[in-house]
Amino acid sequence: MTMLLWAGVILIGGAGSVVRFVADGMVASAVGRDFPFGTLAVNVSGAVILGLLTGLALGHDQALLAGTAAVGSYTTFSTWMFETDRLAEERQYRKAAANVIVSLVLGVAAAALGRLIGVHL
Amino acid sequence: MPRIDRREVAAIFVGGALGTLLRAGLAEAFPHPATAWPWPTFAVNVVAAFLLGYFVTRLQERLPLSSYRRPLLGTGLCGGLSTFSTMQVEILKMIDAHAWDLAIGYAAASVVAGFAAIYLATAFVRRVRVLR
Repeated sequence: MTMLLWAGVILIGGAGSVVRFVADGMVASAVGRDFPFGTLAVNVSGAVILGLLTGLALGHDQALLAGTAAVGSYTTFSTWMFETDRLAEERQYRKAAANVIVSLVLGVAAAALGRLIGVHL
Repeated sequence: MPRIDRREVAAIFVGGALGTLLRAGLAEAFPHPATAWPWPTFAVNVVAAFLLGYFVTRLQERLPLSSYRRPLLGTGLCGGLSTFSTMQVEILKMIDAHAWDLAIGYAAASVVAGFAAIYLATAFVRRVRVLR
């Protein structure tokens, strides 16, 4: 069972990463690449879903697969920081600061909203 | 809908699977209460940021063009290793517990350390001469 669980983590983690790549690309090609909207959309939507899963109070294995593996791999911290650094490097300081602040504010709000929905499901 | 390159997708899948396994393994090995510093998430995020800065700068500015290294190492491995959603839910739970200092400290430390990791990795790659 444990082997099967970790095989699930691996497969779901790979799939979540591919979904992130596709979603990021779709958002970026729809609204432009002047600001990293693709990563923002992925991260905020992922925060809503993980909040929702938290509200559902899943068992350990379900939380590991749906939360840590699926949503955890779908969202990204490293790309968020990378894009912030490159904005700062191009002297676009306002955009860099906005990318940090908007992501954090929307991220926590999204997680709270998702959990509120999850608790009432 | 952009055209999908199957090998690129396969590279992202493999890297993402490995990154997720490492992150999930660490999270399972070191569980922590809601009002303690989330070391597993903090560590994977900062390490993934450093690696992403290193890989992408090296691939873009130092190495010959390669189609599958960035999807494998950047989008896949670093993307799967790091997580934004878990960090936000951890902050939310700190706020629930009225641990405001911890919530603000964790958010600020993650951003400062993550940004510094990218900055330092980038500077390191640019300073080292290309060795072929």
